[in-house]
Amino acid sequence: MSGEYAVELRDVVKKFITPEGNELAAVNHVTMQINHGEFFSMLGSSGCGKTTSLRLIAGFEWPTEGEVYIGGKLMGHTPPFQRPVNTVFQSYALFQHLTVFQNVAFGLEMEGVSTEDIKKRVGRALEMVQLTGMDKRHPKQLSGGQQQRVALARALVKTPQVLLLDEPLGALDLKLRKEMQLELKALQKQVGITFIYVTHDQEEALTMSDRIAVMSFGKVMQLGPSVEIYERPTNRFVADFIGESNFLEGKVKSLQGDRAIVAVPAWNTELIGLPTGKVRAGDDVIISVRPEKIRLGDKQEQPQNCIDGVVVNSTYIGSDTHVYVEVRGRKLKIWEQNRVSSLDQSAYHRNGAQVWLTLLPENTLVLPSD
Amino acid sequence: MAVDGAVVRRSNRVSLLKLFRENRIFQGLALISPADLYLFVFMILPLVLVVGLSFLSRGTYGEVEFQFNPTNYVRLFDPIYGRILVYSLGVGFGTTIFSILIGYPLAYNIARSPARQRSLLLFLILVPFWTNFIIRVYAWIMILRAGGFLDGLLQWMAITSQPLGLLYTPTAVMIGMVYEFLPFMILPLYTSLEKIENSLLEAAADLGAPPWRVFLRVTLPLSVPGMIAGTILVFIPAMGMFVIPDLMGGAKTVLIGNVIRNQFLTARDWPFGAAASMILMLMTLVLTMYYTRKAGFSEELLV
Repeated sequence: MSGEYAVELRDVVKKFITPEGNELAAVNHVTMQINHGEFFSMLGSSGCGKTTSLRLIAGFEWPTEGEVYIGGKLMGHTPPFQRPVNTVFQSYALFQHLTVFQNVAFGLEMEGVSTEDIKKRVGRALEMVQLTGMDKRHPKQLSGGQQQRVALARALVKTPQVLLLDEPLGALDLKLRKEMQLELKALQKQVGITFIYVTHDQEEALTMSDRIAVMSFGKVMQLGPSVEIYERPTNRFVADFIGESNFLEGKVKSLQGDRAIVAVPAWNTELIGLPTGKVRAGDDVIISVRPEKIRLGDKQEQPQNCIDGVVVNSTYIGSDTHVYVEVRGRKLKIWEQNRVSSLDQSAYHRNGAQVWLTLLPENTLVLPSD
Repeated sequence: MAVDGAVVRRSNRVSLLKLFRENRIFQGLALISPADLYLFVFMILPLVLVVGLSFLSRGTYGEVEFQFNPTNYVRLFDPIYGRILVYSLGVGFGTTIFSILIGYPLAYNIARSPARQRSLLLFLILVPFWTNFIIRVYAWIMILRAGGFLDGLLQWMAITSQPLGLLYTPTAVMIGMVYEFLPFMILPLYTSLEKIENSLLEAAADLGAPPWRVFLRVTLPLSVPGMIAGTILVFIPAMGMFVIPDLMGGAKTVLIGNVIRNQFLTARDWPFGAAASMILMLMTLVLTMYYTRKAGFSEELLV
């Protein structure tokens, strides 16, 4: 493996001219390092710059500013056909005039691999994606999931340094998608190639990735391991975009070790929380608590971070009960797991019930307000 | 007797209705009767008339005599007509090949240009059709004749010093034919080129194909259906063309189209003209069928 990183983007900017004639930075000063053999995801809603970033690595676009390195080599204006990466396209982009075998063999033919070796390697690639025996079919004669596998085999057969995947599961139905997620993850472990995966599906990203870059408006909002992205979001956007959160405005009174004491004017109280971003005493902050991390009880469990409220709505959804509690004019959502089976509706938090909420300091995240 | 006949006719009508009610084939025929009628009046009837005509004889004064005469077809095997047929084929092929060579880059560039410009460019391809065909041919005569625009331009640019004498040569005929039929090649080619998704070209590049191999392995094969359609649209009418060889080739270039026209209008031998038409039709039919079979190997997968 050459280079410190598999792929590195250094302060990359990509500007486009919109049809109205305005300049738009689809990628706006993005810097990221992707390690060898890593499953790396770029996550964000449409227009956040994730696909453009991928195309910059593939070489379909060239950066307006900044540099792209692959395997330590500066790419500059290297055209796609000379880059050691391969892409699985969202639309699969299979060649309809060629058979499955010819599709997968295409890249090897371009390399000038001998007919004998092509046969062997295509056979192995098709076996890997469980399409043995389909080699004489045309893409149109395959199901969506099978076409997706052909696209995967076609890219993997070239054993690229990095495999780029642009929402490859987007067109599949939910069940098949979940299966393919696990399969892709297993395949990545097996071949050991760096995967860079673009998706707008947070669950997909959390399921598969070693690390995730959450993007918005051309910028990286947070980059880190899946667990960190969910458990320790460093700003309100990430806390809001990944999973669900309750938000409260506050002001930092003081910092004590790795904890912050935050005044919450809406509740006329103080909460002890965990700062995840850069926070100083006196800063205006946002407090973020995940709905499944709030404990519900019928009495005050501890003197700190415990507050009373009234259940205003409770919805039984099978595995969980979604409880909405009003605390001094603020409505909070709380997901309670139904650990005990009961046919009695009242066992699942009646409307109007008085409850105590416990917000443990490590679950009470203190984010800089933006 | 009269009463009996009425009864018989009545029962016949009833059984005919019954046939339409119960027989699926008759039902089908009845349902497509508007199309049947159209095809019958505009295709089958004229074709039968021409076929019939081709087996009749020419009277002394150019009228048609109702006397069976298969020798019209035998006459066509005369080496003179054989040569004309072969020459017509050559012109047909030539027109098609030059149309592809000139039309492909044009269609490709239109298909790859920004969406806004495309309709304008296509419109420009069609503009010549606004002018009468004969007038456009005369325009070419003005350009090509000795001392015409082309000679003038070339001499002014000091490229040539003598008139080229292009008009009334086979070259002039070819120029006129390609000019006339080029749009019929460009439009279907454009349609199939425009359908090729950009992601396919990107995928080919991504898999390691430099631009010229992307073209040969992806773009070209995927534009084959357009090329087939264009070839049919150019080759068939080119084979029967007679105006351009008449006007631009002088009396020197005779195509099978001219032979047919002359038999009907000048020699007034309608049966022989009809026989020549039949041969032309058969030849084009066989050739285009063979061609679409051969070249259309991937067509059904692409449509």
